[in-house]
Amino acid sequence: MLTESSGNYSWQRPHLIKNKNKRAIIYLLAVAYIIFTFISLKIDSQRIILGLSRSQKYFADFLRPDFISRWNSIVDGILESLTMTYVATVFGIIISIPFAFGAAENISPKPIYYLSRAVIVISRSFQEVVIAIFFVVVIGFGPMAGVLTLTFSSIGFLSKLLAEEIEDIDWTQVEAVKATGASWPQLMTYAILPQILPRFIGLSVYRLDINFRASAVIGVVGAGGIGTTLNAAFDRYEFDSASAILIVMIAIVLLGELFSSFIRKKIK
Amino acid sequence: MSKKNYNWQLKSTLRILKEILFWAAGIWLFIYCWNIISARTIWPFVYDGAEQGSKLLMRMFPPNWTYFLDLLRPIWDTITIATLGTLAAILLSLFVAFLAAENTSPHPLLRQLALLIIVISRSVSSLIWAIILVIILGPGVLAGIIAISLRSVGFVSKLLYESIEEIDRKQVEAVEATGASKFSALIYSVVPQVFPSFVGTAVYRWDINIRESTVVGLVGAGGIGLQLNEAILGLKWPDAIIIFMMILSLVLFSELFSAKIRKILI
Repeated sequence: MLTESSGNYSWQRPHLIKNKNKRAIIYLLAVAYIIFTFISLKIDSQRIILGLSRSQKYFADFLRPDFISRWNSIVDGILESLTMTYVATVFGIIISIPFAFGAAENISPKPIYYLSRAVIVISRSFQEVVIAIFFVVVIGFGPMAGVLTLTFSSIGFLSKLLAEEIEDIDWTQVEAVKATGASWPQLMTYAILPQILPRFIGLSVYRLDINFRASAVIGVVGAGGIGTTLNAAFDRYEFDSASAILIVMIAIVLLGELFSSFIRKKIK
Repeated sequence: MSKKNYNWQLKSTLRILKEILFWAAGIWLFIYCWNIISARTIWPFVYDGAEQGSKLLMRMFPPNWTYFLDLLRPIWDTITIATLGTLAAILLSLFVAFLAAENTSPHPLLRQLALLIIVISRSVSSLIWAIILVIILGPGVLAGIIAISLRSVGFVSKLLYESIEEIDRKQVEAVEATGASKFSALIYSVVPQVFPSFVGTAVYRWDINIRESTVVGLVGAGGIGLQLNEAILGLKWPDAIIIFMMILSLVLFSELFSAKIRKILI
């Protein structure tokens, strides 16, 4: 923005919001909101001071992770988390495919489209823990509630992203294969699947990763997995064991990330 | 001359064999995992699940509509947790991303430290951060805000440092050639390049955080999760359905709102 003031050319960075009054109002509102919420926080400073002095011991425990005394339950929890993750992701993939086709605007009839979109919205709106609470109430504590939770939340994620992929496919390829006289299964395997498969595999591996992370928290409400072990450690104030569990979890997440980036590179 | 085979195959025979092996291993693993879970499941409860579920849904009706008024404050707290948590995460991640990006990091050791912070923050979910913080800070909105921001720092920093690493060096050189200091070069050449993707990331994270902040209350860190826990532990299902409806509309609202903001700013 070049402005001429008394013969000198001075340059100013362009503003994000062009209109001067609008800019002032928006900034003012933002600042007012932040100040207002800070006032409404009700911070109990005495409790914090008490907590901080107590937490010195916790921090010390955190820095000396204790893998040994709860090793068996850590291994058991991790194993349960991994099995839950794998089973739920497989179920999620299988169930999400029909919903993805249903939610793709270009190939699905309107009533099915709206139904699939509704399922996706409900599945995506609730955090895993909320869904886990529901399933724990319905079928009781244990990994099965976790499997159902992770399956349910995988459906929304996978179907939504896969549906977007199906909506973006190249129809000329489909027509080309159709023109050779291909049957419907042939059309699927030679024209539609090759276009969406790489992305679908990538998404599934990504979801596997997310499901493992989620499996660590739904245990807090009783849906099995390492979260149950972790919650027990917190309840007993065994911060050294909790720290060990967190370290094992972080290591597995890292391994999973390496694995998924390896797979995604391979299918590219 | 041997007769040539002109049959076209999508995949070579070796590749098909490999894929069969891969699928067999996958299915075996699935059965193995399923057996472990099945052994730890009380099956009669699961068979009973559909009936229990439908009974539970019936108990939710008629919904306790007036409970809606009691939820206004928790909803406000939930939005506050998500917003302030995201803001705090953004401020922190400016530093962390600057240290983590290969082309702006002042020292390789600092870079490794920043990458470690990102990994830890990304691997531990906000509910677990909330458990730890409630023990330290006591129950309340503040613990929720900090939990959300600790979880988000890694996410925002990771995307930000990746976009810093992808910037166009020429623009930085051009600004440096005017005699700009290191800091002004950063403001006038790096910031404008990463700004759009940064805003996108921040708004996206806010959207995720709205969902996350609905649950931190379960462990006492403020927001609507506290009411949800109360309603479920107290078997007050007519209240619970109102909470579910509020969460659903809050999430839908945040999705629309963030889509709109992204359209305006990018």
